[in-house]
Formats: sequence, C-alpha cells, structure tokens
Amino acid sequence: MIPGPVDGDADADAVALAAAVRSGDRSARAVVDQHLARIDERDEELHAFLLVMADEARAAADAVDATVAAGRDPGPLAGVPVALKDVLCTRGVPTTCGSRILEGWRPPYTATVVARVLAAGGIPIGKTNMDEFAMGSSTENSSYGPTRNPHDPTRVPGGSSGGSAAAVGGGLAPLALGSDTGGSVRQPAALCGVVGVKPTYGLVSRYGLVAFASSLDQVGPFATTVADAAVLLEVIAGHDPCDSTSVPEPGPRLLEGLDDGVDGLRIGIVTELTDVEGVEPEVVAAVEQAGHALEKAGATVERVSVPSAAYGISAYYLIAPAEASSNLARYDGVRYGLRVDAGDTATMNARTRDTGFGPEVKRRIMLGTYALSAGYYDAYYGQAQRVRTLVIRDFARVYERCDALISPTSPSTAFELGARTADPLAMYLSDVCTVPSSLAGHPAMSVPFGAGAHGLPVGLQVLAPARGEAVMFRVAQVVEEAA
Amino acid sequence: MARTEVVTATAWEPVIGLETHVELATATKLFCGCANQFGAEPNTNVCPVCLGLPGSLPVLNARVVEFALRIGAALRCRVPEQSIFARKNYFYPDMPKDYQISQYEEPVCIDGTLDVDGRAVGIERAHIEEDTGKTVHVGGGGRIHEAGYSLVDYNRAGVPLMEIVSRPDLRSAEEARAYVTELRALLEAIGVSDVKMEEGSLRIDANVSLRPAGDAAFGTRVEVKNMNSLRSLGRALEFEIERQAGLLDAGERIVQETRHWDEGAGVTHGLRSKEEAFDYRYFPEPDLVPLAPDAEMRAEAAAALPELPADRRARLSADWGIDEDMARILVGTPGLAEYAEAAVAAGAAPVAVARWCTGEVLAYLHEVRVAPGELALLPDGLAELVALVDDGTLSRKLAKDVLDECLRTGEHPSAVVKARGLAQVSDEGELAAVLDAIVADHADVVAAYRAGDDKVKKKKRGFLMGAAMKATRGQANPALLNRLLDQRLG
Repeated sequence: MIPGPVDGDADADAVALAAAVRSGDRSARAVVDQHLARIDERDEELHAFLLVMADEARAAADAVDATVAAGRDPGPLAGVPVALKDVLCTRGVPTTCGSRILEGWRPPYTATVVARVLAAGGIPIGKTNMDEFAMGSSTENSSYGPTRNPHDPTRVPGGSSGGSAAAVGGGLAPLALGSDTGGSVRQPAALCGVVGVKPTYGLVSRYGLVAFASSLDQVGPFATTVADAAVLLEVIAGHDPCDSTSVPEPGPRLLEGLDDGVDGLRIGIVTELTDVEGVEPEVVAAVEQAGHALEKAGATVERVSVPSAAYGISAYYLIAPAEASSNLARYDGVRYGLRVDAGDTATMNARTRDTGFGPEVKRRIMLGTYALSAGYYDAYYGQAQRVRTLVIRDFARVYERCDALISPTSPSTAFELGARTADPLAMYLSDVCTVPSSLAGHPAMSVPFGAGAHGLPVGLQVLAPARGEAVMFRVAQVVEEAA
Repeated sequence: MARTEVVTATAWEPVIGLETHVELATATKLFCGCANQFGAEPNTNVCPVCLGLPGSLPVLNARVVEFALRIGAALRCRVPEQSIFARKNYFYPDMPKDYQISQYEEPVCIDGTLDVDGRAVGIERAHIEEDTGKTVHVGGGGRIHEAGYSLVDYNRAGVPLMEIVSRPDLRSAEEARAYVTELRALLEAIGVSDVKMEEGSLRIDANVSLRPAGDAAFGTRVEVKNMNSLRSLGRALEFEIERQAGLLDAGERIVQETRHWDEGAGVTHGLRSKEEAFDYRYFPEPDLVPLAPDAEMRAEAAAALPELPADRRARLSADWGIDEDMARILVGTPGLAEYAEAAVAAGAAPVAVARWCTGEVLAYLHEVRVAPGELALLPDGLAELVALVDDGTLSRKLAKDVLDECLRTGEHPSAVVKARGLAQVSDEGELAAVLDAIVADHADVVAAYRAGDDKVKKKKRGFLMGAAMKATRGQANPALLNRLLDQRLG
C-alpha cells in the first residue's frame, strides 16, 4: 500500500470540494466546520497549527455561501480550507514566523498570495508551525514546539514548512501554502506523503512573505494531488507590481495540459542527487521505479550529470545565511515584536535579539554576517555566487537534451524527533537534493512515490527549467498515476 | 580662485572632497507610494514598505530614475548600461530595516564634472539611496547620552536621495563653498530638489586632509559632518584645516575618523573611535532588479535639461547689463533669479530689479530665512516699486522704507505709498511755500549764512534743508528743494 494522506477520503480533494461548493451541493460552512472538527481532533497530537482562525474561516465560508446563493461564482477554490505557513502576513492576525521575537505582532497588511487565495474563494483556516524564520528541515526549530509527522508521530514532518505539510498530510486541510528557500516545501511534502511545489523564482509574489533569503524564497502549494497543487498554483501565480522580482507575465495554465502525458519527453535522472552516499537505498529504488514508469508512458529516461550540483549545499549555506543576516536585522526591539529593555539602544537591540532568536537563527546570522564581512566577502559570498552561476550553466547544458529531470526529494524518509538536532550539518544535508534548483531559480516539486523503510512515504522530485511548470506538472501527473 | 592661506612653518595644502546628499523633490518616496513631504505630523507618511515591516518589498519610483538621469546629464556623467542597488548594513533606530538601500559598486552616474569659477571639479559618482527617519532625544537638552528617551519619526524614511561625490579636487574652504553654491544652483535649475540646506534637503559631508604643498600623495583624511548652511561649511572647513595643520606642525599624526561640526562652539568633535569602525557588509540588494535605463530614457533626460546656471549668468549679464558678481548672486541664491526675472517680465527695469534683489531683498531673505518663492511681496510688487522710483513718486530712500514694509506685509507698494501719504512732493508751489515760511522763521540763520565763509555757509544751508525735509516728512523732491532754496539764499 502506498501511504497517502492519513484519513484521506474524497473530501480531501480540493478540486472535488470546490466543485461541490460552486454547484451548491455542499456549503462552504459545512466544509470549514468539518475541517475545524478534524483540527480539534488531531492537532493536539500533531501541532501543525500555531493558530486556528476558526472565526475568520467561518465568516469567509459564509461569504462564499452567500456568493453561491446570489448566483455568482466564488472562484476555483470555493470553500476550500487553506492552511497558511506562519511566515505569510495576514492582516490583523498574529504572524510569528515560529519565533518569539515576533510574538504578538499583528501585520497591518495581507500577503499577495493570501489575498489571491481569498479572491479565489479559498478559506484561510489557520497559521501553521514552522522552523523559526524558515531555518530548518524538521520544524524542531520552532520556538513554539515541534510538529509531528501524521504518518508516525514519533517522527518529524520535515521542514521548514512542516506544519503546512502535516496539516495536508493529516487531512486537517486539503491545501496549504508554504515557503521554499532551499527545499522547505518539497522536503516536508516528501516526508508527509503529499505534493509540494517550489515554483520558478519570480512566478509567485513574495509581497507579505517574511523574508529568509530573498533571492531564493518562493511561496509554494501543498496538496494531496498533483491536480490540486496545479489549481492552487494557478491561483497564486502571476505578476504582482508590489514585488520587483515578480515575472511581468500572467501565471501559467497548468490544468489544461495536465493529462497530456509524457510521450516523447526526454527525462534525466540526476546522478549527483541520486547515486550518492547518504541516499537511502529504498529512496534510490523509488527513483528507478519512477523512471521505469515514465519510460512505460513513452518518455526516454537516462542518467544525466549536473556536476556543480554537488557543491550546491555549500554555496546555499553561504548565500542564504548572508541574506538572512541582513533580512533579520530589523528585529531590533524598536518598532514591533519583542523588546527587552536596557539602558541604551545598542544593549536593548542585543538583549532583544539574544532573547528572541533561537540557536539556529543565531547560528545562521553569525555565518551570514561573517560571509559578508570585509576581507571575507570574496572568499565566501563571492565564491558562493560563482558556484551559483556554475549551477545555472550546468542545468542549462542538461536542459539542452532533457525536458525535465527527476531525483529523490530527500535523501531519507522521515527521521525521528531529535535524531539530527545535535548535529546541524546532518540537518543541513536534508536539503542536498532540493538546493540546486533553488540556486538556479528553477521550479521543482515533490510527488509521493512508493514507500521506504518502515513504510514511510518517499517523495520523487521533478525538476524543470525556468518557467517549465507545465511540463513539470505533466511529468508529476504521470508519476502520481503510476504510484 | 582664491585660496585660504594657512600660515605655518610648513605650507600645508588642504585637499577637500565633498559628499552631497540631495533630497529629490518627488511626490512620493523612493520605494513606496507615501508622500515625500517635509513638516508633516510625525509618522503620518508611512506604510509597511517604508517602515520596513516584515514581508514588505521595495518598488523603485520611476520619477527618481528620471531625476537621477537628469542629474547625470547636468554633471556630464557617464551613465552605465546598468547599475545595481546594494544594502548597507548597520543598526540604527531611525533606519527601519537596519540596512539602507543604496548603490555601491555600480552607481547610476560616474565620472562627471562641475565647472566652478572656470575650473572643472571632478565628480566621482552620483548614486540613488533612501533617507532614514529622524530621532528626537527627549530630555537632557536633546543630547543622546543625557536623554530620558527617544522618539523616532519615520516620515523621512525612504525619501529619495542622490549622493553626489566630488573628487578631492577642492583646495580651500572658499573653493568648497563655491562648489556647493554652483552645485546647488545646478540642482535647482534642473528642478530635482528644493535644495534647502536648513531643512536638510541638501546635506554636505566633507573629507579633509592636508599635505605638504607640492606633494602628490594625500594625507590622512577626516570626515566632517553636520554643516547645515554654506556658512557653517566654510567655518567647519577652516577650523578643521587649522586643527590638522596644528597637529602636523606639532609632529602629531592625523587620526582617520569622523568629526562632528558643533555650530555653537565653532569646533569639530570626534564622533566614534577607530575600534567602533563600521563594516557595512554591502551586498547586492536581492529585492530589486538592476536599473537599466533604455536609450529613450537617456535621451529624454538630456533633452529635458533647462538652461544651466553658467548659461543663465551669461545671459543675465549680457541682456540686463549687470556685472558678473550680481549675476552670480542672483543665480547662486535659490529662487532669486526666478524672482528677479518675473519682476522684469512684469515690466521693471532689469538693473534696478537686480540691485533691489541682491540688496534689500537678499538681506530680508537671510533675516527671516525664507525662499524668494515664499515672499509675501510678489515679483510684480517689486516691479511696481521700481516704477514708482522711476517716475519720481518715491526717492530711493523712501523706496527702501516702502519695500521693507511690503516684504513684511505683502502690501503693494502703491497701496503703502497711498496709506502713508509717502509720495515724493515735487509741487514747486507747495515746496516754495514751505521754504518761505522757514526762511521767515529763521531770519538769523539766513543772515549768518550770508555773512559767513564757505564752511559756515555749508552748515547753515544744511540746517535749512533739514528743516524743510522735516516739514515735508522727508517727502520733498531733493533736487527741486535744493534749486528753490538756492533761489532764496542767492
């Protein structure tokens, strides 16, 4: 048996739910109440949510029902609950980024992606747990306690968007949004047995997404099916004038060609991300099986090499902390969030940050500050940027003869809570397969495929060139059907 | 060009470079839609972007790019194909993100020149950056270390600035003042800033070093900040040059540091010690894309350049027949040339307008610290005053009094003349009657005049003129009065 969403039933399918609400067969209010009940039931154990927006969700559901009653169309997400990673600003609703330093802060504005979900009839149902400021791969770095994997509560859900992945994997919400900087959507999706997408950099607005590493951050969907993920991505993608790095074009049409298959496509298995030490044999086997399934569907599949991908993790752990060290400077106790008073401003800043940030955030701020400092910039940040250029070049070369690539999403299936907390480097290696496409700004997604040790879900990563979402989703759809 | 002579055993040559921060007069801020407005209630022109709230992102104001290109064209800079924004990282409470978005390695304008008194001063670069908020220290007389608490106003945070960096081509405090005067006139002429040093829309930092005259190598430089007028710039530089010369003469070394000009005490103070030196950790701003102005934008910037100050001075000298100094004052004082030209356009004689503008009007501007455009007396009022002098209604002396009142009240000169009954008396019969009465009342003086030598004659005649002026409250036409008095004494 292939592990899918726990408690999965027809109701977990967002496309079916929205259709039922739009046609008037089910009320949005009933859908929302049902999911709130599930959250009540299961979230004490899972701790996927930091905040359940029960009142707001019911009010939004009533508005959707009123729209349907008035004979108008609430949109493609009509009545579908959407869990939001607590890194997305929600006007008037606490947004913590999993950090003590933002405890109690209520943003005066709403992130573009959240506004688009609302405009499409979707119902924000709560804010999900995460590694503090999205720094981590297990959600154990949350200042508010860890989230547990819905497939095995002794194990982590992955991270940093572990709360969103667990919410969807545990059937608490049909859809969720996360953010992916080096794998923070894809890796927890793999560990929780759901679909998770990191779009092309610039495809989805970052306005209202609290920054970790600005040149890498992208908001992406979690869903139980490839089609559901496509619907949510279509809703949130497209140009936003509030984000200068947003691609000045409308988002892609993904559902239209979703079932076009892979006949004639050339697909590569990335050697550097698959045939390397540290990848569990069951995970490698799953990739091989997915390759066979794609071949059977008409694709040609071969091993390909992206040599610089091997250096991705080193480059990533300089670039991301460098940008983070600057992005997180604003949490200084002056304007919002935590303040620990002192006799002078500099001491107040230092005490506030010492109290408010957890150890992993401090570690990365120090790494990043060092990488940017006078005399070291070129050797660290500069060198990492050169590696990034190489990664882009190597991918470009491979995409001359491949339409898409596949690899493991995560070297391992879900690990036990506490297994890697003492060893930051081991934790960083959880991102080894996901980081290269982040550095390149390319899209990549994780699709559940097969089972690993202890019957835990395995995620297959599908990679595509920039703006290659349509092909990526076609491949993912075939993989899902073969699973 | 004149130079400040430093009288010391070794002749030290000052080497000065200036960094000028110019607030651009755009309607909105650099990266958001908030109003760019001086003097609003604290923290009213703010939004998530200029407050640097988590999740907010900057979007570049197109008007700022237009202004930057115009500045580049006016300073004859090269504008590279693309420039990039960078983050300058340091903690400061009035900087909402604790980094400033600026430009570092690839600025929008490089390698220009500005002609100052016939010499080309090099412009190293000009770049776009955002302004910070303002901190007010409450209690302790406003000094940071004694203040009970501090308040921050973020209205200014995110206001667009251009930082214009000169090459170290200036050799005296006077040259530095001339450079700023010319730069200010240029920025005013091209309409990118209101260039008010007192309101902080033009801020100058100076890098000053000394070297033995004739040496090519530069000495250790000191950065001097906080000069908020041309006068204080001159004073601060003169002080700093003398301070450094004194140290060097005593065989001491100059410490590379930032010093703060204390206007009241007339001295510079060291701000921070070397061990606190900042490492700004500049890196490319990932939230913005490179700025790559297309050919059309570049062409528009060049085409949009109005008459520049040097051309305007030449035109005013030639067309109005005024000397270079007068033209320099008119064009070098923000708004004054506009004011004078408007008065001339209203029909007044240019020389008279120029004389009033560079005399009484300028003195009044300094006294009450307003710009010509803010004067209660409009240019057509000045034109009217000139006409009243021309047609003999007012003597120049009376005209001064009238102008003084008009500047303060905004009244039209003709209205003041009428209200105060000030018109010059040129009626021969009226003045003759006044003189006849005085001669009759002071027969003794007249007798003494007739009997006296030249010296006595002069004294007695002066007395009679004075009495007549007094009787006419100073309004008698002096030439006519003299002629009539001569007739009576002769």
